[in-house]
Amino acid sequence: MPLLEIEDLAIDLARDGARRRLVHGASLSVEEGETVAVVGESGSGKSLTALAAMGLLPEELSIGAGRIRFEGRDLAELTEEDRRILRGGDMAMIFQEPMTALNPVLSIGRQLTEGMRAKLGISKSEANARAVELLTQVGVTDPARRLTQYPHEFSGGMRQRVVIAMALACRPKLILADEPTTALDVTIQAQILALTAKLCRENGVGLVLITHNLGIVARYADRVCVMYAGGVVEAGEARALYRAPRHPYTRGLLDSVPRLDLDRSHGLHPIPGSPPDPMRPVPGCRFHPRCARAEARCRAEEPPAEVQDGRLFACWRPLPAPVSEPAE
Amino acid sequence: MSLPLLEIADLHVRFPIRSGILRRETGQVRAVSGVSLKIARGEALGLVGESGCGKTTLARAALQLQPASEGEILFDGRHIKTRHDRSAFRRRVQAIFQDPFSSLNPRMTAGDIVGEPIRVHRLRPRREVKKRVAELMDLCGLPARFMELYPHEMSGGQRQRIGIARALAMEPELIVCDEAVSALDVSVQAQVINLLAELRRELGLTYLFIGHDLSVVRYLCDRVAVMYLGRVVEQGPSDALFADPQHPYTRALIDAAPEPDPELARAHEVIPLQGEAPSPAAPPPGCAFHPRCPIAVARCSQEIPALAPVGAGHGAACWLARSSTGGTGQHDGKPVDLSPNPAQVRQEMHR
Repeated sequence: MPLLEIEDLAIDLARDGARRRLVHGASLSVEEGETVAVVGESGSGKSLTALAAMGLLPEELSIGAGRIRFEGRDLAELTEEDRRILRGGDMAMIFQEPMTALNPVLSIGRQLTEGMRAKLGISKSEANARAVELLTQVGVTDPARRLTQYPHEFSGGMRQRVVIAMALACRPKLILADEPTTALDVTIQAQILALTAKLCRENGVGLVLITHNLGIVARYADRVCVMYAGGVVEAGEARALYRAPRHPYTRGLLDSVPRLDLDRSHGLHPIPGSPPDPMRPVPGCRFHPRCARAEARCRAEEPPAEVQDGRLFACWRPLPAPVSEPAE
Repeated sequence: MSLPLLEIADLHVRFPIRSGILRRETGQVRAVSGVSLKIARGEALGLVGESGCGKTTLARAALQLQPASEGEILFDGRHIKTRHDRSAFRRRVQAIFQDPFSSLNPRMTAGDIVGEPIRVHRLRPRREVKKRVAELMDLCGLPARFMELYPHEMSGGQRQRIGIARALAMEPELIVCDEAVSALDVSVQAQVINLLAELRRELGLTYLFIGHDLSVVRYLCDRVAVMYLGRVVEQGPSDALFADPQHPYTRALIDAAPEPDPELARAHEVIPLQGEAPSPAAPPPGCAFHPRCPIAVARCSQEIPALAPVGAGHGAACWLARSSTGGTGQHDGKPVDLSPNPAQVRQEMHR
């Protein structure tokens, strides 16, 4: 049984008396100890999908269809109280900007131990000891002194480490990390991602890594889920997906990134146009206006998700599968 | 060698730290400490480094938006001193910034935004302005109907194209691009990178390109300078610098940037750099990188290494870098000529 299973999730926006569907039938599953990357550009619905899983959708947004299960339990059937217990307990979230996750007027120690005492039911001194241990694990030096400090006394990289320590504090089974290192410098980004991946692997924690950086996905993800304009267009095992993408959008993304390992003359092949405005829905396949392979059917009908050799893709004219797929 | 278009010689920019009720100066932030750079006409020089390394301050100083505390900036062989120099400089040098939304006037249509500098500087007779705007927008891949749109009606990529068209309206020779593509989505970023490369080829432009994404900088630039805590720690031709980095910081930056290929990205265990960059208000003694450096020796914490040659037009400021005069290890500290090679620049432009 997967740890987290999202099935055909739709998210609607209700504003000014009108309803708009922002996420259309997104599916995703995460096993214990597995890292699944959700890749997509702004407006692809990757963050909304994570917020929906956490039960943190803003007021204007609601789940229009589909199911989210955590360890087999349908989250829609839980009471608000049960969801609150799950959140911050078995499920934790890391946001892009650590200042939004930290309370500026409470000491780091108070913020770290508050949740632990409530969720794990341990004493103040036990919680303090665990906080020191956690900060050491995430690479904060002099942890006992740091616990008495406030968020503004930490650098951006240190704050994000504290947020990771907070996410791990209540021994979650699943962490959803939304662009956890986008705001940080590359060398700090490398430190923090390596650390998060290591801690999740060692503790058997499932990790959903939401990012737009294809390099990060390549380095850390076991499986990848590519989202475009509110839908999942392709998903599968990371190596196989990078080697031979089936959806033209995935191919286009990979061809759009300059690479350090190739000769400078290799050229960039960007996808023409820009992602559609979610307020103005595109008929048929939402990628067709930018797709070189589009034909009449792509403009008229939305392609269903199809699974071949463990790869999911939603395209009427997929790229050919590799001739011989090496055994995984 | 022909005259560089922009020459920065031993530039220092310091900001005072004031404290107490009398706002007395109690310290200094050394944002830029002794940077020398030359950019040949038609060349693209990349400037990379992490936040706080001084790259944006250096760009602002190069744009004459930030007075230098020490050192010289020469444009086309001349100091910029008189009002006349300054106004000529303002026309011949343009800038493109990261966030096109905050650098475009929200109350003006795209056509007015691009046309404004043409009208203000009387670069074209009044009746030809509109035609020129259409030309510039076409050059930047925007259809003429965009002239009527306001910035909020456009996507990030389209807004950045407007920013580029406006910069081109002045017919500049040098364009300073400060994180010009960093805020764009992957698929759109590639379009703008290609546009910048094409414009350079077609119009013979010179770029000072500031970025933190190494793969983008390598793709667009002939030469690259790596900054750490206000100093250039390595400088050289893109290919040589990326293939054979000589400064441990450059190596760490390259290592930290994951390749979009799972086979490669996992082929070698990445050992991330420890710690964070120190504050430019209290730089460590000796080489500023030594507290984080995996190979530092005693000398590194005592003396500041100067940029010394490690290859053709390639220099590194490291006591342990290879010396181009043979052997590895410590060099004699002679200054290194890192001037661009005109023949190579021409070749790059026609690539």
